[in-house]
Amino acid sequence: MSKKLLEVKNLKQYFKVGGSFFKPRYVKAVDNVSLFINKGETLGLVGESGCGKTTLGRTILRLYEPTGGQIIYDGQDITKADMLPYRRKMQIVFQDPYASLDPRMTVGDIVGEAIDIHKLAKNKKERQEIIISMLERVGLNSEHANRYPHEFSGGQRQRIGIARALAVNPEFIVCDEPVSALDVSIQAQIINMFEELQEAMGLTYLFIAHDLSVVKHISQRIGVMYLGKLVELAESNELIFHCAHPYTKSLISAIPIADPVTARSSKRIVLEGDVPSPLNPPSGCRFRTRCPYATELCAEKEPELREISPGHYTACHHFDKID
Amino acid sequence: MRELLLDIRNERLSFFTPAGEVKALNDVSIQLYKGDVLGIVGESGSGKSVTAYSIMQLLPQNAKIIGGTIDFNGHRINDMTEEDMRKIRGNEVSIIFQDPMTSLNPVYTIGNQIIEVIMLHTNKTRKEALERAEELLALVGINEPKKRLKQYPHELSGGMRQRVMIAIALACEPKLLIADEPTTALDVTIQAQILELMMELKEKLGMTIIMITHDLGIVARMCEKIAVMYAGKIVEYGSVDEIFYNPQHEYTKGLLRSIPRLNDKDKKKLVPIPGTPVDLLNPPAGCPFAPRCDSCMKICLREMPPYTTIKDDHFSACWLLQKKEFEQGGGKK
Repeated sequence: MSKKLLEVKNLKQYFKVGGSFFKPRYVKAVDNVSLFINKGETLGLVGESGCGKTTLGRTILRLYEPTGGQIIYDGQDITKADMLPYRRKMQIVFQDPYASLDPRMTVGDIVGEAIDIHKLAKNKKERQEIIISMLERVGLNSEHANRYPHEFSGGQRQRIGIARALAVNPEFIVCDEPVSALDVSIQAQIINMFEELQEAMGLTYLFIAHDLSVVKHISQRIGVMYLGKLVELAESNELIFHCAHPYTKSLISAIPIADPVTARSSKRIVLEGDVPSPLNPPSGCRFRTRCPYATELCAEKEPELREISPGHYTACHHFDKID
Repeated sequence: MRELLLDIRNERLSFFTPAGEVKALNDVSIQLYKGDVLGIVGESGSGKSVTAYSIMQLLPQNAKIIGGTIDFNGHRINDMTEEDMRKIRGNEVSIIFQDPMTSLNPVYTIGNQIIEVIMLHTNKTRKEALERAEELLALVGINEPKKRLKQYPHELSGGMRQRVMIAIALACEPKLLIADEPTTALDVTIQAQILELMMELKEKLGMTIIMITHDLGIVARMCEKIAVMYAGKIVEYGSVDEIFYNPQHEYTKGLLRSIPRLNDKDKKKLVPIPGTPVDLLNPPAGCPFAPRCDSCMKICLREMPPYTTIKDDHFSACWLLQKKEFEQGGGKK
């Protein structure tokens, strides 16, 4: 039985946007999300822009203070705890390797900053050794430590970002769209590196991306989000081949398959319209405005996430009618 | 007999930058017949956008076509004046840019931006142009077109803006439509809508399309022919089926191996292409892909490989194919 490393219960993250002092308006970026991640596992999180996947990742690390709910890390409730000791265990790799590295710091200092904060090195020599071993771990070398971020290509910068996350020897990493800014041939290099590092260091990942093929490749389980809600969660193959939620179904069918024969023969479900504004989400099920299966029930009652087969959760009133 | 619409022969194009000459296109040839849908794939900096922009002469000042010819529908693009070019741009050739957020003018209404094109290229009055604009918006699947004409770009979502861009591009029923990563900035479900729309319009209007993308999935679904570009050179060209099921160039093979597939049940390890893309300021003397290629031979580092024809219109530039052909030819004798 694998152990839960991280668990969130009914996590809420509301952002205040305008409104008056007495009647503030909120964007419910993450609304009542519960999930857990086992030790050594990769949980993928997919969804379209604005669905709250990045916010969820950041709230888990308490980069945003949660509005409600609980975050439990390794048995400890960290919702209100002092985060400094946990920052050593929980790290993040950001999406944009151009914006997430300080252009005025050398690569050595970028990686070394975390070592200083957590006082992981006894002296300068040891600090340098850790930095170099981290750079080597991600496929760079000691020469690179004295250079600045602008001297590197996108793929190399992402490696620096990963080296920075690894510097404190973490257990858990939130990977927030780590490959979407990269070229296809470089993407595969970075994905493989994530897998190798996981094996070598026993890491646990929350892997956030909008590209379902990438997420499917790297994750054991996948969660699908829509407008701040978790709508489906299942083991990867189960989710791709036996999805139960109509949104997941349309998401999968919308992805162009890189195989001409399959692409010609496959039937596509093209969703009508756009994602509604999160400021004013539809009543009941948030997907109902675009859902081909929607009935009156969907407008009245919000479907709850329930287990339909072992380990497969979905939030839909009509999951049994969907073929 | 099919009508030849676009004929690019041995085009060479360089950017002259303070750091030196960047050879963006190196001996690019493309023949496009009426009704073709060509996909150009390649990584950033491989020259796919520059190829398309050079057809419309939408190039920065420091870019210069050094050699080769571009013929479009009987016009020799190389010799045309700026004034003549304006008659072709937006009229006979149109383009849809990648980012619908930045390619629409934020201070003009959608209606104004569409009728601008129509009034520039036809003799229609403002009223007639507005009617046409309304038709166009309906054609690209925008509901309540009358209301939308009066709206500004910020009032529309990303998918809607891209539809408006397509409407503008189609305003004068162009012979050639260039789509430069038209869905990269959009979400998958919206991407599916836009691709569906483009396919429908292609059927309806019989357009010729050049689709520039880095997504092999989009190419597999939309295109008939594919040109794979690497470091300013077309390294392989062929029909969709040939490229996907019978790839010959090591780079094409590498690309196909490196993408994760959604429909695979078993987990296979991805095979990345090692190394980083070439620096076009100092390109290698021989085959540009040689430094990253597993089967690199001595000659690859010295000389640029010529094209080898594999089948009808499937050809590729790789020394390995030359070697194979030579050995087969030698065997027969």
